Amino acid sequence: MVTSVTSLGRNGLYDWLIQRVSAAIIGVYMIGMLGYLMLSGDLDYGSWKALMSSVCMQIANTLLVVSVAAHTWVGLWGVTTDYLTGMTLGKAATGVRLIAQLAIALALVVYLLWGLVVIWGGA
Amino acid sequence: MSIRTITFDAIVVGGGGAGMRASLQMAQSGFKTALISKVFPTRSHTVSAQGGITCAIASADPNDDWRWHMYDTVKGSDYIGDQDAIEYMCNVGPEAVFELDHMGLPFSRTEEGRIYQRPFGGQSKNFGEGGQAARTCAAADRTGHALLHTLYQQNLKNGTQFYNEWYASELVKDDEGNVCGVIAIDIESGETVFFKAKATVFATGGAGRIYASTTNALINTGDGVGMALRAGLPVQDIEMWQFHPTGIAGAGTLVTEGCRGEGGYLINKDGERFMERYAPNAKDLASRDVVARSMMMEILDGRGAGPDGDHVFLKLDHLGEEVLHSRLPGICELAITFAQTDPVKEPIPVVPTCHYMMGGIPTNVHGQAIKLSGGHEGEEQFVNGLFAVGEVACVSVHGANRLGGNSLLDLVVFGRAAGLYIEDQLRQGMTQYEPTDANIDEAMARLRRWDESTSGESIPALRKELQSVMQNHFGVFRKGDLMAEGVAKLADLRERIGKAHLDDKSKPFNTARIEALELENLLEVAEATAIAAEGRTESRGAHSRYDFPDRDDENWLCHSIFDPKAKKLGKRDVNFKPKTVDTFQPKARTY
Amino acid sequence: MKVSIYRYNPETDREPSMKEYEVDTQGKDLMVLDILALVKEQDSSMSYRRSCREGVCGSDGMNINGKNGLACITPLSQVAPGVLEGKKPLILRPLPGLPVIRDLVVDMGMFYNQYEKVQPFLQNTSPAPAIERLQTPEDRAKLDGLYECILCACCSTSCPSFWWNPDKFLGPAALLQSYRFLADSRDTATEERLSKLDDPFSLFRCHGIMNCVSVCPKGLNPTRAIGHIRSMLLERGI
Repeated sequence: MVTSVTSLGRNGLYDWLIQRVSAAIIGVYMIGMLGYLMLSGDLDYGSWKALMSSVCMQIANTLLVVSVAAHTWVGLWGVTTDYLTGMTLGKAATGVRLIAQLAIALALVVYLLWGLVVIWGGA
Repeated sequence: MSIRTITFDAIVVGGGGAGMRASLQMAQSGFKTALISKVFPTRSHTVSAQGGITCAIASADPNDDWRWHMYDTVKGSDYIGDQDAIEYMCNVGPEAVFELDHMGLPFSRTEEGRIYQRPFGGQSKNFGEGGQAARTCAAADRTGHALLHTLYQQNLKNGTQFYNEWYASELVKDDEGNVCGVIAIDIESGETVFFKAKATVFATGGAGRIYASTTNALINTGDGVGMALRAGLPVQDIEMWQFHPTGIAGAGTLVTEGCRGEGGYLINKDGERFMERYAPNAKDLASRDVVARSMMMEILDGRGAGPDGDHVFLKLDHLGEEVLHSRLPGICELAITFAQTDPVKEPIPVVPTCHYMMGGIPTNVHGQAIKLSGGHEGEEQFVNGLFAVGEVACVSVHGANRLGGNSLLDLVVFGRAAGLYIEDQLRQGMTQYEPTDANIDEAMARLRRWDESTSGESIPALRKELQSVMQNHFGVFRKGDLMAEGVAKLADLRERIGKAHLDDKSKPFNTARIEALELENLLEVAEATAIAAEGRTESRGAHSRYDFPDRDDENWLCHSIFDPKAKKLGKRDVNFKPKTVDTFQPKARTY
Repeated sequence: MKVSIYRYNPETDREPSMKEYEVDTQGKDLMVLDILALVKEQDSSMSYRRSCREGVCGSDGMNINGKNGLACITPLSQVAPGVLEGKKPLILRPLPGLPVIRDLVVDMGMFYNQYEKVQPFLQNTSPAPAIERLQTPEDRAKLDGLYECILCACCSTSCPSFWWNPDKFLGPAALLQSYRFLADSRDTATEERLSKLDDPFSLFRCHGIMNCVSVCPKGLNPTRAIGHIRSMLLERGI
């Protein structure tokens, strides 16, 4: 059993599931939004603001932001553990990987908090 | 002479079915066991076995009886199989096969959930009176593969120490001729090591590569027979080579007898099912020697197919796509790859092809190697410390002709038996014979010879020449003058191979060196075969002579024993004393 | 025809190189293994593995004009258009992703280690009956497409996930064998087997690239087997 402290679910199955579920949420959101944009004709600021201020949309947006963060983390975590390894970088690999993962994590936390502020803070 | 020594209770040389069954037995009981194999074990030739393992497990027929199997095997051997050994194999067989199932071998199944059995050649019910039996336990047409992988897996589980891609080059004996172990080369590094053990088990397989056309893997170079002969030990019935009726013409690849078991049959160029003429009862499921000879007669009589009239056909299309794809999937693949023929649509071109060495190192049922006090004559003695199992051994359960499906049974039954016996001996305290430095040095001489060679003929050319001599002078039909000519050619080859040149002397993974060492083993087996074939002045089983067309029970109802020192052929009694059943008396053999 | 072969002998070469050979095939559609034998007659120092020469032992897996396959069952006509006619060279390299011992011979140690990790042997805690353990033809059919693996390593060494993490990701061959035992009605160690596959690497590094499926010389489908295991893990985990 190969464990890894930096994997999100700390377990392959949960990481895998998070990746699938978040992808499904992002997909549904995008289809819904695309449909809205195509059907709603002339879109002005007022109606857009009204849409985004509805509780339903605030929840949907929250789900989206969390999903994008989780999806990105699991995906990029995979990328770092594939390419930033001893095989490619030698002894420095662990340090480089840790720094890269920290940077990604930091960026995602910032993105998440900022997203939440945007969604809920405008009211 | 300093050389690294590694010590074990027992070493097994060869990682095929017999070797891994023996090592498994010993590893399970906790003895320090090493298995030395020149290839990763699952690459051994057992992997190519297709049709199955013949054994009276009473699945296809609840009334099946191991004694019927024994009768078939004795008859198949043309009465020079040892009846005590055949009795042991057929009687213990079911237990050994059920063990394989318990180990996980994925046998095909019947509706009742039992192991699927198919008919094979030479099988009968009720001592030849009850018609065709179906006694060959199968895992589709990949039984050998399934068996070999299962045994490897069990050895992993039980902690056998593997020396994979190590090549055993020579036996090490003390001054009295007791076996102390082997010299082996780590192919990857080129290092040479002395493996010391109380018991050395040869499970090195056959030597089909002495012939130009063979179903055998490229690794079947008779290494164990070569080592034994060079050590001055005798081989038994080595003239008995089985030609499998259905090798794919041109390629030599095996097409299982199971094809005929499932209902396929042979046709000549006119589309005639010719086996009806040669074996009116068993037809295409007559014993292999009979079918192979019949095919050669058809070809020699001008009824062979192809531009050169050199093969016949195996017809399977009438069985239907479903049967072919479920029961014979591997054959469909092989036929398409090597004969560009889809058996679902057209017949496969086939020709008798060298397949199996019935002879080998004479042993008892425990695998103990036997020699005669006077080389080719005199009283029987055990070779202390040496055991042989599987194709390299001659127990002898196959006599002059092996029945299909009996080789896998031979492997597991006698691999197991040797393991059990050695286990028991080790518990009682087995002697470790100690070689002197001079003994070890002597065993290294051959390696040095090649390393010191500076010029001479090339190895592949000599090998080709040897194979063509065997093919042309010692094939399905044999003749005294032609064989005498062959023996002379081999003597010439011995001289030349002794002076041949190894141009690459590097150490890491030097396959040229291994091929050079293998060539010497091929030569040993070929020469023994040639002299024994010329010496046996009769026709019996697979040994068929124009100049002596009949079986001669008065003079030759016996094993032949070839003594490599004097290059003389002697005789050894066949065992006619089974322990629990009456002797099967020799009678005319018809199918 | 021209043959270009990867050559490396650690004793004499500082780095590997490609060596060209000219081989006379007399226009025949030979197998790649036959070509290697012809080259070996010219240059005995060229090393490669081989045994059964009929595609069942798995010795001669190598990279043939960019695609992994068994030399003994790959005819020239199937390598690439123009190779048989001699218009294009036959290019032979060792299996990618494993250390090269010499020439076309790779060190398969990592591959075998991963195989051993899945405990590739039947486990059953109930006492064995006096005959075989019964199994219905339907249950036995579940092993088809799994037990036929010949451990040639063509699949695992064509898998990027295995290239990057050969010590942590089990690879398609080992996972196929893992499922071979999970699917066997006679095996009772399902829970133990699954619990060892639950981490982020052993199985979940499979991204469904399916190189394994496209190169398998026996026509097996490790990706499907991996999917089956994932479903079993999912059922167990939810």
